Amino acid sequence: MTRLTKMLPLVVLAVLILLPYSTVGLPGVFEGSLNSPGTLQMLAICLVFGGLALGYDLLFGRAGLLSFGHALYIAAGAYGTDILVSHAHWPLWAAVAATVPAVAVLAALLGAVALRTTGIAFAMVTLAFAQVGWIVVNRDPGGLTGGEEGLPLDSAGLPASLVGVANTVNLYWVALAFLLVVVVVVHGIDRAPLGRVLTGLRDDERRVSVLGLSAYRLKLGTFVLAGALAALGGAVHALIVGGASPHLASADLTLSLIVMAVLGGAGTRWGAVVGGVVYAYLDQRLTQVGGALPGPLSQPLFILGTLFVLAVYFAPGGLTGVLKRRGRFA
Amino acid sequence: MSTVILLTLTGLGLAALYFLIASGLSLVFGLAGVLNFAHGLFLSVGAYATWWAAPRWGLAVAVPLGIAAGAATGALVEVVLIRPLYKRPTEQVLVTVGLSLAGVALLQSVWGADPRTYPRPAWAAQVTTIGSAQVPDDRFLLIGTAVAVLLALLLFLHKTRYGLVIRAGVENRDMVSALGIDVRRAFTLVFAIGGALAGTAGVLGGMYFGSVSPGQGASLLIFAFIVVVIGGLGSVTGSAVAAVVVGLLQQFVNYYGAAGAGDVSVVALLALVLLLRPSGLARTAVTA
Repeated sequence: MTRLTKMLPLVVLAVLILLPYSTVGLPGVFEGSLNSPGTLQMLAICLVFGGLALGYDLLFGRAGLLSFGHALYIAAGAYGTDILVSHAHWPLWAAVAATVPAVAVLAALLGAVALRTTGIAFAMVTLAFAQVGWIVVNRDPGGLTGGEEGLPLDSAGLPASLVGVANTVNLYWVALAFLLVVVVVVHGIDRAPLGRVLTGLRDDERRVSVLGLSAYRLKLGTFVLAGALAALGGAVHALIVGGASPHLASADLTLSLIVMAVLGGAGTRWGAVVGGVVYAYLDQRLTQVGGALPGPLSQPLFILGTLFVLAVYFAPGGLTGVLKRRGRFA
Repeated sequence: MSTVILLTLTGLGLAALYFLIASGLSLVFGLAGVLNFAHGLFLSVGAYATWWAAPRWGLAVAVPLGIAAGAATGALVEVVLIRPLYKRPTEQVLVTVGLSLAGVALLQSVWGADPRTYPRPAWAAQVTTIGSAQVPDDRFLLIGTAVAVLLALLLFLHKTRYGLVIRAGVENRDMVSALGIDVRRAFTLVFAIGGALAGTAGVLGGMYFGSVSPGQGASLLIFAFIVVVIGGLGSVTGSAVAAVVVGLLQQFVNYYGAAGAGDVSVVALLALVLLLRPSGLARTAVTA
């Protein structure tokens, strides 16, 4: 049993890598066959959100930092990459390589201020900072961000292998690679002594301070790392959907990241990934079929919000918690 | 000069809205320790209740109905959703987050995402000339209501037994329980008060902006959060002072600076206050 559990992630990874070669159709679950561009794009978005949710869970589930401003760094990654490619005509790799460290610096500056507060005040301060990002993006300064319309990604700056419907499969692999990077980084931290220190911070900050460690620096470092992962995810998201949209900067996006982490099981190895994938799938699928459902059920957020509230009461460990309990009884 | 008068009164009108939202948030947080993301929903419920009832029964019935709807939503949320999660603050926040997402989507499915024109009394649509400035009368409605609410809240908190329990609970909840007073009844009360104030803000906000949309509460809520932090969590007077500062700053910088600079300057003020005085203007303890 334990060997099987250990092997399971590798098996899932192998399936995910090989999935675009399958022509199997799952009627009701996806509109087209598994290797159709529509399905692959949908899956790619699910994988990106899996990665984004796990990156957020580094802050929320592991270090216990309830940030309400994570969307800022995702949007900064998406818009930074998009602006450098579409306005400044940089090649894609250079744009990403410049944007991610720049966003990390931004996270360091804002985190240095925000982390002077704790708990709920920290949540409100990060929310306020992210709100500035949202305002700036919507005001369209100098025609840079495209305002409410968003900024389409200029395909001239992209490698040919990432352009066009026929190459959706490559975007899918890019999304999978992003998820893999986040998993390796976050699970690496989990296994390292740093991971245990972060859990210690979450449970009792004073004890960590007594050990002679600077809680402030540790939290700031985690905040910056999570910001960099978010920026990378934002860039990948822009690549997959072909541009950056103001929704990425909205408080709603951060709220949905929280929902993903909690739905899946915050602070667990795979919880946030599962939560992110399931949430992104339901969000897209419910939008597709939403018109056919009556009344409030036509609103994906109504269903997801209600599910989330129910999960907080009846499944405190999230989806992975439920599965684990099932496994024990079976 | 006329511009300054107009900007001042408009800024104070906005400050009145912020105060109505922030004072409720601040009391709920100060006493019950709940960061209430559903507060924007209370606001929207109140606004839509009045919008719905006004063409049927007139504003004289619709406005109290909107306020009552906000209060009822607040009390209901506390009793049904928050109470079972007592002593689990993170879960409480999460539930209000889920509620705000689902609630806004519910309003959207019933009345659509587009803004609806909001009814207002005929006299509020007129203008009064002060000096050389033409000031819309709805500003006075907002400012007058906020001042009345502030005075009523202070009287309630300082002159009644329930007010005493609430103030003591904000200071030290465990001590109040130890003295044999059921603090949880006071929780329902502050949620109802907060809901009523949010409902009032929803109605007045609808009149001020001339329209109502499901997302309106959420966008006002973020500035109300900033007001709460600047004013000091749990302090009604602090909220009032911070609301005036934030409202005026936002109006003046938005007019004289670049578009959106006012909103950014408010956040800069927040950062400044946190650096210089981490517990807010009122110096109440900031606890998690």
